[in-house]
This record gives sequence, C-alpha cells and structure tokens, in this order.
Amino acid sequence: MEAKIHLPDPSLIKEELIGKYPAKVAKKRSKSIVINDPETVPEVQANVRTVPGIITQRGCSYAGCKGVVLGPTRDIVNIVHGPIGCSFYAWLTRRNQTRPESPTDENYINYCFSTDMQEENVVFGGEKKLKVAIQEAYDLFHPKAIAIFSTCPVGLIGDDVHAASREMKEKLGDCNVFGFSCEGYRGVSQSAGHHIANNGVFKHMVGNNNTPVEGKFKLNLLGEYNIGGDAFEIERIFEKCGITLVASFSGNSTVRAIENAHMADLNVILCHRSINYMGDMMETRYGIPWMKVNFVGAESSAKSLRKIAEYFGDADLKARVEEVIAEEMPKVKAVIDEIRPRTEGKTAMLFVGGSRAHHYQDLFTELGMTTVAAGYEFAHRDDYEGREVLPNIKIDADSKNIEELKVTADPELYRPRKTEAELEELKAKGLEINGYEGMMKQMLRKSMVVDDVSHYESERLIELYKPDIFCAGIKEKYVVQKMGVPLKQLHSYDYGGPYTGFEGAVNFYRDIDRMVNNPVWKLIKAPWEQEAAEALEANYVA
Amino acid sequence: MTAKTATQNACKLCNPLGACLAFRGIEKCVPFLHGSQGCATYIRRYLISHYKEPIDIASSNFNEETAVFGGSHNLKLGLKNVSQQYKPEVIGIATTCLSETIGDDVPMILKEYEAIMGGEGQLPAMVFASTPSYSGTHIDGFHAAVRSTVKTFATEGPKRNLANLFPGMVSPADIRYLKEIMNAFGMPFVLLPDYSQTLDGGPWAEYHRIPPGGTPVRAIESTGSASASIEFGSTLEAGKSAAGWLEERFGVPRIHLPLPVGIKASDRFFEALEQLTEKPMPELYEDERRRLVDAYADGHKYVFGRRAILYGEEDLVISMAAFLHEIGVVPVLCASGGKSGLMKKRLQELVPDLDGLGIKVREGVDFVDIEHEADGLQPDLLIGNSKGFAMSKRHDLPLIRIGFPIHDRFGGQRLHHLGYRGTQELFDRIVNTVIEQRQKASPIGYTYM
Repeated sequence: MEAKIHLPDPSLIKEELIGKYPAKVAKKRSKSIVINDPETVPEVQANVRTVPGIITQRGCSYAGCKGVVLGPTRDIVNIVHGPIGCSFYAWLTRRNQTRPESPTDENYINYCFSTDMQEENVVFGGEKKLKVAIQEAYDLFHPKAIAIFSTCPVGLIGDDVHAASREMKEKLGDCNVFGFSCEGYRGVSQSAGHHIANNGVFKHMVGNNNTPVEGKFKLNLLGEYNIGGDAFEIERIFEKCGITLVASFSGNSTVRAIENAHMADLNVILCHRSINYMGDMMETRYGIPWMKVNFVGAESSAKSLRKIAEYFGDADLKARVEEVIAEEMPKVKAVIDEIRPRTEGKTAMLFVGGSRAHHYQDLFTELGMTTVAAGYEFAHRDDYEGREVLPNIKIDADSKNIEELKVTADPELYRPRKTEAELEELKAKGLEINGYEGMMKQMLRKSMVVDDVSHYESERLIELYKPDIFCAGIKEKYVVQKMGVPLKQLHSYDYGGPYTGFEGAVNFYRDIDRMVNNPVWKLIKAPWEQEAAEALEANYVA
Repeated sequence: MTAKTATQNACKLCNPLGACLAFRGIEKCVPFLHGSQGCATYIRRYLISHYKEPIDIASSNFNEETAVFGGSHNLKLGLKNVSQQYKPEVIGIATTCLSETIGDDVPMILKEYEAIMGGEGQLPAMVFASTPSYSGTHIDGFHAAVRSTVKTFATEGPKRNLANLFPGMVSPADIRYLKEIMNAFGMPFVLLPDYSQTLDGGPWAEYHRIPPGGTPVRAIESTGSASASIEFGSTLEAGKSAAGWLEERFGVPRIHLPLPVGIKASDRFFEALEQLTEKPMPELYEDERRRLVDAYADGHKYVFGRRAILYGEEDLVISMAAFLHEIGVVPVLCASGGKSGLMKKRLQELVPDLDGLGIKVREGVDFVDIEHEADGLQPDLLIGNSKGFAMSKRHDLPLIRIGFPIHDRFGGQRLHHLGYRGTQELFDRIVNTVIEQRQKASPIGYTYM
C-alpha cells in the first residue's frame, strides 16, 4: 500500500469493542471481530444468530427472499401472506429499477400485495383468504407468475402456502403459482431468505422454457438487482461488447428470461452471497460454469470484461472488449484526475451487505482511499475468507433448517460448456471459475474485520478510527452523521446511482467527493475534536 | 370496505411501528420488539426514512426454536443485554404478530425477569404494550403504548395545577409548538410522548447511546395528579386512551378534542386552555389567529370550490377535512386504512352536512380502493402522505404531503399541522399549490397571480 495511513492499534480496538459486553457475549463477539492478515486469512465467525438485545442491522428471511431476490423481477405478482406491515415495509424500498419494453408491458414492481391477515385468520387459518387473493390478482392482471411469501405467523398457524399455490396453479392453468416458506424467524438473517428464494426460483422457474437463444456469447448475470439502475449500465456495456445477456437474476428481469436462463453458456456472479446457490445448481443440472466477477469499479469492470472474453476464448470478443475499455476509460480517467487530489489518503469504513462491503473497496482504491475496517451484515465465512473454507464451515441448527435441494444432471439438457481441462486452464489464468476468494485477501494487514457489527460497535469504531466516510445503510446513516462523519448508503445509494461499470464509477467518484469534501462537516464538530487525544492513538504505519 | 379480499397498496402501517414511535418519546427509553429481528429492522428503516434521525429498536431475535417453544429466554436475555449496553431508564416492550400468535405471556415473563434480576442493582422500568400486527394499524399501537406508559408510571396524588397533553401521532414540529403554547399559558404540563428532540435533534457533542429528549419518567408519574388531560384524536375512545385511563383510575378529567387543525378546531383547543388556566389567550396566539383569518380572506379565491382527496390516519383525515371545509375546499373523499367504525360519525360532528356536500368517507381502504372511489370525483388536489405519489402521478394531481410517512420530500418531521401556526402553513401550501398549477397551465405566463 503506497499511502501511509496511521491506524490505531487493532488489538486495543478489539478490546475496546468487547469490553462493555457481559462475559458470554464478549466471548461470542470476539470471534466475529478479527484483525486481518491477507496472507494467512484468520477465521471469522459469521452467519451466526445475533444475540437478543444486541441491536443488529440485519433483516429477516422474508426480506431476503421477497425484498432482495424475487422483488426486482417486474412481471411476477408478489403476494405477501401475513399481516400488513411486512408487505408495506418492502414496498419499493429497495429502489429496484426496471424498464419494460413498452408502456403496456407488465410491471408489478410498484404494487404492494398483502393478504392483510386479521385476527380471525390467525385463529382459523388463512389459506382460504390466500387462495382468494391469488384469484383476485389473477383476475386483475392475468400475470405469467404469482409468488407467495410467508411471514412469521403463517408457519405457526399451519397454513400450507405450497399446497395452496399448487392448487391455484392447476386451477388457473396459464399462471405459474409458487410459494416460499420464508417466515422471518427462519435462519440467521436475510441470507436464509436468499437461499430459500434460490431454491424456489430454481425449482419453479429455471428450465421451464427450452427455446434456443440467439447469440455467440451468452451469459446470465447473477446477483444483480438493478438498484439505482446498476443493471442498465452493465447491460449497456454487454451490448457494446456483443455479449448476449440471457437473464438477470433478478434486476430488470422477466419471468420469460429466467425460465430460459439455462440456454446460456456462462453464469457470472456479482453478489456471491445471495445467489451462489443458483450458480452451483445450474452447473450441476445443466453444465453451465459460473464465474465470480465484479462490475463495481472501473478497473474491476475492465478486468471482469476481460475475464468473460477469456472464458469464451474468442479473439474477436477479446479485441472488442479491449476496444470498449479503451473507449470508456478516458472519460473515467479524466474524472479521477480531477477528484483524486481531494480524496487521496482519506479513509473509509464499510459495514454493509453480503458483497458490497467487498466490492466497493475497489472504488475507494481508485480514489486513493484506504479501507480501514469492513464487515458484512449477513454474509458467511466464504464471503470473508474465500470458498476454500466451505468444507470446514460448521452447519448449525439455523442453517440446517434451510432446505438443500438435491440436484442432479438433467438427462436431456445437461451439456458441459467446458471440459474439466479447459476449466483448469482458465483457473490457472486467474479466472474465478466456480470460486470466490472473498474480501479479506484484498484488505490491508491489520485492518479490522467485523461481522454483523452492532450499533454500539460501529459508534466505537468511528470514534477510534475517525474515518472520512462510513458506508452502510439508512439505519446507520443519521447516527453516523450526528458524529460529523458522512455516511454513504450502499443499499439505496442515497437515491443516486448507478454505480456499476464505467459511467457508474464516475457517478460514485463525484458523490464521494461531494460527501468527504463538503463544507457542512466543518460546522459539525466530531466528538473527538472536542475531547483530549485518545489514549489509543498508538500509531503504526500500515 | 370494498369487495376485494386482499390489500393492494395499503394505506396503513402495522401496530408495533406506532408503539416504537411512542416509546421514542419517553426519556432514556429503548423500544424493544418481542419477535423476529426483521420487524425491528423494517420498522427502524421506515421510521428513519421519515425522521432522518437514528432510531434504535432492540429485538428478542426469535428463531425457529423460539417460535415453537416460546420467547421467554430470548426476551430475558435481550432485556439484560439492552440494559447493559444502553443503560436505559425505561425499556418499552411491544409484541409482534409472532409472539402474539404463539401466545407468549409477556407480563408474566417480565415479572419473572424482575424476580431474577431484582438483586442485581437498579433495573430499568419496563412498559409493555400488546401490539399484534394482525389487528388495527400503527395508530392503535401508538395509543396502546402511550396508555400503558401512563398505566405503568402514573401515581395518585392530590390534584394540582398541572395539565396532561396527549397529542397523538403528530410531527416533532407540532410537539414543539404545543410545548411553546403550554409554556405561554404558564401552566405546568406533561406532554406525552415527546419525540420533538429525539426525532429531530442536533449534532452530538458527545456520544449518546440514547438520544437526548423525551418525556421524563418523573413527569409521567405526576400525570395521575393533574387537574385535567387534553387528548387529541376524534376516533380515540376513552377505553383505549391514556387520558381515558387517568380519568377512570384517578379522576383526572379528560378533555377530548379533535386534532386542532383549522381555526374552529384550534379555537376549541385554545378555549380549553383558557378555561383550564383561567387566563386569556396570550397575545402571540391572538396575533397568529388574526393573521390566519386575514390569510383566509386574502387567499380564499384561489381555493374556494376546489376538490380534494384526503387520506391517511383517521383522526388526521377528520381534522383536515373540517379545516378544508372551513376554507371552502370540498374534501370529496376522506379515506383511511384504519377502521374504527367511527370515522363518518366523528366527521359529521364537525361537518354536519357531509352527504349534502357529496363527501364520501371510507374506512379500511387501500390505494386501489381510493383510486376506484375517486373515479368521477374530479379532484383538484391530493392531500396525504408520500404513498399517494403513484396516484398523483397517474392522474396528474398535485400532492400536498402531510402526516407520516413522508420519504420522498425533505423535512417531513418539521412540518406543522396544528394550531393557528400549523394551519397557516397548511393554508399557504394549499394556496400555492393551486397557484402553481394555474401558472404552469397558463399559456400566457402570468408572473402575478
């Protein structure tokens, strides 16, 4: 690392963070708070239940299933089976954008459907009401698909959403109806909901349509939810390169595209955490390899395009990709040259998501900024340490309750896109085929890694590191800004974006410049500017 | 109610959200939801998008085992951890659909917890509100939390010169205004809940686990010896309200008023204060009132005969409808996701000739119903929270944002709705919206309207 960043001693910071907890909690938390070493990555305790009373930023299984994975596809009618709140709170809150081909094309993203369960439904069961709700949605829209999401009380009162869905699918005839048991109490976080959603989409949608897809280089984009128009920018770049996007899972996507996804020859994964199950299952059933890419960051986007061209192994595509990069990069470079003198040497902290805390570090690197501490909200160990730790991850009770689909090769449609030898060759060239190296190998030695950071811990971290910017979500935004530190929302993008690709990188640079160099922060004295020098300021050079 | 069974684009939020908001208005209080962590996360997310302030809500983080065998262990552990980290004086516990469905006996669990922990120093006080999400709306949760807060703390005492003020779910700016009025009358008062600072405060010179502000517990204790309670909310029945309980239990008279929006309703509020304090209205408010009457006169030509659709919480809609009627705007449709069964009756008390004026009142509706009902009403304006935006866009109707939630505009927490000042602000906004529409539509390009 070229920049000399003075950081407080990480072991003292760790002591500070856990010192206030009762002994048992302290012991548990200390396994999730680790000091990084990119060479020999230490083990991080992740994807374990939040202790009650420790205020977490995590959501629930329903949020991961409906809100994250199923929500962004525009032509599925999503009906939430439960009391009103769950559906209301997920109503357009994730800013998934979509672009129907014509104004009359189906788009149900703006709707918030709920069975609005009442006391009598809890007492006497809600299946009847659910079936009527499905019928109503069908009569109203005649959609291609209706998905049902179970909220907490549903599992307890014994409503069988799967049976109700099957019955209605048969009755309606031309509408695919399927249910998800994604009750909020299942699993550790929204991550459980991602897995449940992957299973459902794989079971009920992928493979339903065998129509061949035109195109020489056909891929699916997995784990891109088109927040703030991210997918639009990636689509623009693919189109320019002559790459055919068969389906996105699930931003700016359609039922038809997902049902046809197995016609692609490669799956590229952006958000590993939320969609890796789909990559594995499609590989097993159809022989489509998946590859980890990252379109957050201009350099990272260029690198990802080169990897895709390498995978297809086509000279024309490689040349075209180089042309596109050469065309796009000067605009990016011009903005970096303008902004970087103002951002160079500044520090960032990222506590967000299940892949964002990793990917956005690339954008900060491009701005000459250093990530001093990072962590995910709902990721697993492999997202931190890399997929090679998968065999060593202990499956706890919470994860055991999430179904693992038994997938086998499809007798007719299984067609390995590459031979084992070809795959090995591609891996040797640095392509992350069916692999992901995780976040920590990319982070500085002695930087802090904290999983499922609590509200209390993030406040202490800010106080101790005094970062120039903190990246998280709306729940953290205003507390962090009260302390005089700007917070960049990496869920809603503070209503900005897109941040992917080349144009997105430029948007991000400008937004970060506006935030870290904004005169308003001079009006707010950070607590440490009013206190005497901290005892912990034993500096060292990273 | 319409014939359809499912709710599409709801015009209500869930019960525990209201309770969490009310608990935020108690000093040194941490709200705590007994259920899945997702409820706390979603509700925090939603409240924060409106108030733009940090809101911590703890949770007992149910898992599958808890859901089957009960939440006692998780609740106790959660209370212990919250106490240790946040050092609260009060923990406001509300249930969710999950803990209500499995039938956790929270008061009993709390008793057990107190018995176990009693020996280990000062425990925070615990307030409990039952707020099953499958009944009522966020407003019911709000009132349930305020009532149980009073039930927990209020003590009997000789009546003294003290007024209780229970304004309901109003904006932080409204709360500040109400406090200013009470101070101007010079009468000691307790306003509950007071989130005017916790949800609209300044930067922090030092770290706060719990943001400063809120009604102190000591003050809530004294509500039992007040000379009267003033409580806003037309459909709020005594049996569900804090003032109702204080009247029944300690004989504190309940002065029940609609939310004071508009001149008539504000006059009733100020008259009540005059009677209670035996003092005339302070000159400051006489002036505000005079300016407002003057503004009504100056602006009447723009708004008279305009037709508005109103939606949101029942009590806000009722008071807004009466105000609109007062300025000559016809509230052609008054709609709410709540269903107290009282909405039409209460509105009729303020605007007797509802049917003659062609005013439709609809309870328990969603935005699809509202759009359906609006068909043929030829409205000029839409007045309500941010959730009406889609409808306003589809029908090219200007939307005047009031109440909660406002997440597509800045400063929702600082909007005034109440009293002469709030009415003035609302009146100006309505007039200007009409003028702006005309100006935009005019081919001539008027610069004087």
